[in-house]
Amino acid sequence: MTNLINQTAAALAGLLADGSVSSVDVTRAHLDHIDAVDPDVHAFLHVARDAALATAARVDARRAAGEKLGPLAGVPIAIKDVLATHDMPTTSGSKILEGWIPPYDATVVKRIRDADLIPLGKTNMDEFAMGSSTEHSAYGPTHNPWDLDRIPGGSGGGSAAAVAAFEAPLALGSDTGGSIRQPAAVTGSVGVKPTYGGVSRYGAIALASSLDQVGPVTRTVLDAALLHDVIGGHDPLDSTSLTDAWPSMTAAAQAGLKDGALKGVRVGVIKELNGAGFQAGVKQRFEETLALLTAAGAIVSEVSAPNFEYAVSAYYLILPAEASSNLARFDSVRFGIRVNPEDGPLTSERVMAATRDAGFGDEVKRRIILGTYALSAGYYDAYYGSAQKVRTLIQRDFAAAFDKVDLLVSPTAPTTAFKFGEKTEDPMAMYLNDITTIPANLAGIPGMSLPMGLAPEDGLPVGLQVMAPARADARLYTFGAAVEQLLEAHWGHTLLSQAPALANIEMFATEGGAV
Amino acid sequence: MSEITAEQVAHLANLARIDLSSAEIDRLTIELGQIVDSVAKVAEVATPDVPATSHPMPLTNVFRDDVVVPSLTVDQALSGAPDRAGDKFRVPAILDEE
Repeated sequence: MTNLINQTAAALAGLLADGSVSSVDVTRAHLDHIDAVDPDVHAFLHVARDAALATAARVDARRAAGEKLGPLAGVPIAIKDVLATHDMPTTSGSKILEGWIPPYDATVVKRIRDADLIPLGKTNMDEFAMGSSTEHSAYGPTHNPWDLDRIPGGSGGGSAAAVAAFEAPLALGSDTGGSIRQPAAVTGSVGVKPTYGGVSRYGAIALASSLDQVGPVTRTVLDAALLHDVIGGHDPLDSTSLTDAWPSMTAAAQAGLKDGALKGVRVGVIKELNGAGFQAGVKQRFEETLALLTAAGAIVSEVSAPNFEYAVSAYYLILPAEASSNLARFDSVRFGIRVNPEDGPLTSERVMAATRDAGFGDEVKRRIILGTYALSAGYYDAYYGSAQKVRTLIQRDFAAAFDKVDLLVSPTAPTTAFKFGEKTEDPMAMYLNDITTIPANLAGIPGMSLPMGLAPEDGLPVGLQVMAPARADARLYTFGAAVEQLLEAHWGHTLLSQAPALANIEMFATEGGAV
Repeated sequence: MSEITAEQVAHLANLARIDLSSAEIDRLTIELGQIVDSVAKVAEVATPDVPATSHPMPLTNVFRDDVVVPSLTVDQALSGAPDRAGDKFRVPAILDEE
C-alpha cells in the first residue's frame, strides 16, 4: 500500500469497496496531511477532524455489515465555504459571517452526505466569491502549492489548492465567472462549471444568482464526473434547477478513455481568446495541445466570437448589480455580526450601515457601490440594460459557433499564477484576468479546465478550457477524459506529480507508506 | 470620462447602507470612475434591436403544490441572530426619534 493521499477518488473508491483500506485510514491520512501542509497552504478555514473520523467509522461499520454503499462512500471531500453546512461554520470568506453556523445544509452538501462522502472541512475563498486570487478573503490568502508566493486563483483557491496539495481528493466549488476553472488552471487540477441549473444552488450563499453554479474540483476528469453524478440533478428547493434527466457523467468520462474517442470530434478554437495579453508559455502549451488533438483525429478549426470583447464589461455590470441586491440580506438582524456606530443614536439603519462597513472588505464594498450605481434611476438603461443585451449577443456567438463545432477550447486563463499583490491595487487588471471564463457564465453553458502542461518560462501549470453547449455536460467529460489521457501519455506522468514537495511531506510519506 | 463625484459615492453608500469613511469614499470615487469608463463600452453594441437576456436558461414560472413541508423551527431560525427576545429577532430602534 502506497501513500493514500496520492490516490485518485476513483482509486480510493475501489480500495474502499474491496476492503483493502478503511475510510478511517483514508480520512486520517488526509487529516494528518492537512496538519502537515496547511499551515503553509492555508486552503482550509475549518477542519472537522473529529466529525470526519466519526463519519468515516460509521461508513466502515455499515460496509462491514454488508450494506450496499454508493461509489464514493468513504472518500473524503473538502467543501468551499460558500456552501451552508449545519455542523461547520459558514462564512463565505467574510468577517460579517464570522462563526455563523447555518441551521441547514446546502442541497449539494446534503447529497454528498447522503452518498456517504466524508466532509473534511471548509475551504478558503475570496469574500463572497468576489475575486480571482483569494487575496480578498477576510481570513488571509491561500497559497499556491506550486509556489507559495503565488495566488492559487479565485474565488475557489482554497478548494483547488486543497486537491492540488493532496489535502483532499475531491472538493466542491462554485463558479460565477471562473471561480472553479481559473483556480484549477493555476494549480494544475481539474474543475467543472456545469450547465446553469444542472446542480442545485440551494444553500450556496448567492453572489450573482443568474451566473452562480456549483461544481466539482478534483485532480482527474473521471473524479469530477463521479462527483458531478452525486451532486447533480433536479432540486425542488432551487426554482432555477433544471428538471432534465441527466446521463451518467461517469459513463461519459469512461467513454473518453476508449481508443479513438477523439476521432472526428469538431473542436473550435475561439479566435478572440487566443491573442494579445496571453503569456507566451500559455500560448505554446495551447498550440501543442491542439497539435496533439489533430494527430489523434480531432478536426480543429478556428471560430470567431466577436462579442466576447464586451463580455468582461457586461459581467462587471451584471454581477455587481445582482450582488448588491443579494448582499442586502446582511442587515445585522437575522445572522452574522452586529456592530454599533461609535456615536449617535442606535437606529436600525445606522447599526446596519456600521455593521456593513465593519463586516465587508474593500472588494465587496467596491462591487456593492458599483452595482448600486448600475441599477440607479437614470443609469439603468445605459449600464445594466446594455449589459443584458450583450448577454444576448454572447449567447448568439456561442450558438453560431456550436453550429459548426462540437466543443470550444481556449486557454483557461491568460497567464499562469501571478504573485501576491500584483493586481490588488488595480481592480480592472484583476477583472480582465477573467476574460476567458466569463462568457460561459453569461451564456449558462458548461465549462471545464484541465491541465495542459507547465509554462516553460516559469514552470507553472497551464489550463485548457473546454466548453460545450448548454445541457451537453457529458460531452465535456468524454472529451476531457480523452484529452487528459492523451496529454498524460505524451508526458509520461500526471501534471501534479511534478509539483514541488511541500514542507513535511517527506516525513509524512514515510508514515503513509506504513499504512 | 465618467463624472463620478465623491458626493455621488457618498449617496450610493447611503443607499447601500454602508457607513464608508471619507478616505474610502475618496478612493472609491477614483476606482469607480475607472471601472465605469471601462465597462461603459457595452453601449457600443447594445443597439435597440437586441433583446435583453436576464437569465441564461429560458424558464417559466416554477410552482410547487401548496402543501406543508418541514421547515426551520423558531429556535433554528433564530440561531444565527446577533440578538433575540424570546421567539423574536430583537432590533435597534426603527425610527430616528425615541
